[in-house]
Amino acid sequence: MTKVSMTVNGKTVSGDVEGRTLLSGFLRENLNLTGTHVGCDTAQCGACVVHVNGEAVKSCNMLALEADGADVGTIEGQANQDGSLNVIQQAFQDHHGLQCGFCTPGMVMSAAALLKENPRPTEAEVRKYLEGNLCRCTGYHNIVKAIMAASGQDVSSIAAE
Amino acid sequence: MPKDSGIGASSKRREDVRFLTGAGNYTDDINVHGQAYVHFLRSDIAHGRIKSIDTSAAEGMPGVVKVFTGKDFEGVGGMPCGWEVTDKHGAPMQEPPHPILAQGKVRHVGDPIAAVVADSLEQARDAAEAIDLDIEELPAVMNMKAAAQDGSTLVHDDLKNNICYDWQLGETDDAKVDEVFANAAHVTTLDLVNNRLVANPMEPRVAVGEYKRGTDDYTLFTTSQNPHVIRLLMCAFVLGLPEHKVRVVAPDVGGGFGTKIFHYAEEAFCTFAAKACNRPVKWTSSRSEAFMSDAHGRDHVSKIELALDADNNFIGLRTNTYANLGAYLSTFSSSVPTWLHGTLMAGNYKTPVIQVNVKAMFTNTVPVDAYRGAGRPEATYQLERVVDKAARELGVDPIALRRQNFITQFPYDTPVALTYDTGDYNGTMDKLEVAADLAGFAARRAESEANGKLRGLGINCYIEACGIAPSNIVGMLGARAGLYDAATVRVNATGSISVMVGAHSHGQGHETAFPQVVADMIGIDESMVEIVHGDTSKIPFGMGTYGSRSLAVCGSAMVKATEKVIEKAKKIAAHLLEASEADIELKDGQFSVAGTDKSVAWGDVTLTAYVPHNYPLEVEPGLEETAFYDPANFTYPAGAYACEVEVDPETGQVTVEAFNAADDFGNIVNPMIVDGQVHGGIGQGIGQALLENCAYDENGQLLSASFMDYAMPRADDVPFYGVDHSSQTPCTHNPLGVKGCGEAGAIGSPPAVVNAVLDALNSGGKAVEHIDMPVSPSRVWAAMNS
Repeated sequence: MTKVSMTVNGKTVSGDVEGRTLLSGFLRENLNLTGTHVGCDTAQCGACVVHVNGEAVKSCNMLALEADGADVGTIEGQANQDGSLNVIQQAFQDHHGLQCGFCTPGMVMSAAALLKENPRPTEAEVRKYLEGNLCRCTGYHNIVKAIMAASGQDVSSIAAE
Repeated sequence: MPKDSGIGASSKRREDVRFLTGAGNYTDDINVHGQAYVHFLRSDIAHGRIKSIDTSAAEGMPGVVKVFTGKDFEGVGGMPCGWEVTDKHGAPMQEPPHPILAQGKVRHVGDPIAAVVADSLEQARDAAEAIDLDIEELPAVMNMKAAAQDGSTLVHDDLKNNICYDWQLGETDDAKVDEVFANAAHVTTLDLVNNRLVANPMEPRVAVGEYKRGTDDYTLFTTSQNPHVIRLLMCAFVLGLPEHKVRVVAPDVGGGFGTKIFHYAEEAFCTFAAKACNRPVKWTSSRSEAFMSDAHGRDHVSKIELALDADNNFIGLRTNTYANLGAYLSTFSSSVPTWLHGTLMAGNYKTPVIQVNVKAMFTNTVPVDAYRGAGRPEATYQLERVVDKAARELGVDPIALRRQNFITQFPYDTPVALTYDTGDYNGTMDKLEVAADLAGFAARRAESEANGKLRGLGINCYIEACGIAPSNIVGMLGARAGLYDAATVRVNATGSISVMVGAHSHGQGHETAFPQVVADMIGIDESMVEIVHGDTSKIPFGMGTYGSRSLAVCGSAMVKATEKVIEKAKKIAAHLLEASEADIELKDGQFSVAGTDKSVAWGDVTLTAYVPHNYPLEVEPGLEETAFYDPANFTYPAGAYACEVEVDPETGQVTVEAFNAADDFGNIVNPMIVDGQVHGGIGQGIGQALLENCAYDENGQLLSASFMDYAMPRADDVPFYGVDHSSQTPCTHNPLGVKGCGEAGAIGSPPAVVNAVLDALNSGGKAVEHIDMPVSPSRVWAAMNS
């Protein structure tokens, strides 16, 4: 076991992990931050996306030890200070961008990373960016719409919600 | 104006808040104090005879609690099948045993052979590698037609052959069918494959079993669409436990699409092992494990023949299908190619003579069962492909051919056992023609061609039978369960309401939509109503969520229970208002005496029910009612879909340029949620048509066992969809007039996509007669260049 320390959602945390412990496992099992989901074992589905030093990262594809000393953000730290939904989360609710909710944390974290680097993405840019995030419920329609709405674009001309 | 609350409002989903903030409670988020972990050692060959299993080394590995093999389950029942199909000669289907852990033989890649329970998952995995297996490999039974031949290798040695049943529906007189075809002016014939799919809800399956020695109680937390069904099957058929000693909890479930209906060996194992190990036992499926242990979907090989008269009226239809059931009978597998498939072969058309023939086959593959649509997509795909082919052969407009043959009089008794209560197929087609701007297609095709691309337009109609269904009917057809549902409406003293429902929400938004109904009936705010689901210790015995049944069946039970509540509350209100019960009206949460200004509020009546000081003595205190609802018929959602594709003639790449759906779901409670359900179904249907294929090699090796190999649709594979459900013919036999919307998209979209591709491949000088799903670039290119 090796001791690992990092900042998660603004708080300093540490724990003892095996060398093979993944960041997703450390978050879920050691820190009980179960909002980060694991939907596959080949880094394809993106349900486990978190932010590591500001970058979107698939936490199932990174060892916990690799995140030693890093600044990690998870879905649990995304809401506003007063507990209300942030702009992206609110857009997902407003536009029915989620159904079962399992892929949702990864979608929100990827959307945040996209909008940070591209504040007004086109539909095609959103779709391209999400190629690492699988959703089986929504057919992506309302996810793409929600992200465009979160960027401040008028989505009222896009077909039904 | 759209409504802002109650039935018909696009109320925002209350469950979203927890899902968006990481506060959901999925089964893998549940950890029970002291739990151990199980890892299943699964067969890596398709078919073999187990000579020996030596677990001694594994048992001595660090952290190992116990190692189980098939021997540990010899006194335990096997996984049951919930539907006994009778073959066309009147004999019951062949029903082989399905042990929890393999006994004697392994029959598919992924078949569990042994299970290691250890302090950690890693230790369980490590120990599983130390199990010494001696398995004699046998030839794999993979090709269904070959498997049906005498002399084929047997998947199950004790069966007479690999045919589970040879089933028929519709016209039983072969000579009569032959005569229809002999007299036809035109016959269109099509051989096609409905590709094997993996449902792949984003949450893999999980089971946590717990046993309390002090009270002899079990709890199973599991990723299920129907916790009461799991409890019944596991207790009565597998483990022999009294139901009242077992609690099954399905908390937040991350998608199901059918594959989480079934009772799986891992659930029974964790429950059994929790007692055997005297520790809670947890299993979390990896995605690779899901590919080889979740029930698969579809996998039909069919020949369909359509006979038309000289005026292009459909006069006869005959199908011959081989349906793959895999190595064992999954819970509802036998019903899918039969009563959920053959019954839909009339589609939207008044074809007078129909004969459906299905041979269901055992093969050395993962069991196949219901996947979104379950039999209905397979029926629709055959029918709508052959109708389109007939239109092309006859040189007539495919929409006109469909319209000409539509059923227009309701109720309509089909030749394949159903009675459609209501519908308006021209109505949905009218909506589609406008929404999809079909009049502008020629110009769009010209534009595509100017850019060097082929453009195609594909039309599809569908009907489905949802809200399964009258228990007495399905019982006659072989179902070993009733298919009612149940709801308890518990009004609290201060007027808020908890509704305990048998349906389970795993993405459908019941927690939002169901309260809309109850709140609307009483005239109170939706936030005063909360849904409780997914826990057998809290909810009445309901059959769960599948087959687009939740609102049509469980919602009807909820309406009936709410009506009982209102009826009783009116008695109390009448007492308080010193009026006759018959004069009491309920509106906007106020009970009033008709024709007067006397009224009492909902909350005052509910408080009186629980603090019955000034109270009618003949009425029991309290305000809680339960209702069970058994439908009188199926519901029949129907619609018309249009897909436009571009095909790159250089590469064979197909791009979906536009997709429009016009559905008739009857009345609608939450249009936003309904749209979302259709979107998701279309996404999965486009996936089946263009991308997804669960592939095996000839030796039974599963070639597509990860998201690296199984092509799931991604955001940039699909367009925005147009969804219209303004054509509404309400269901005539349930109180809400609802039909169900969960599967329509997945049923209606694959034929629309493939018809569009074929339309493109019959333009620009091309003439391609047939292509199978998934319509991959290599298949398109090969078809164009053959």
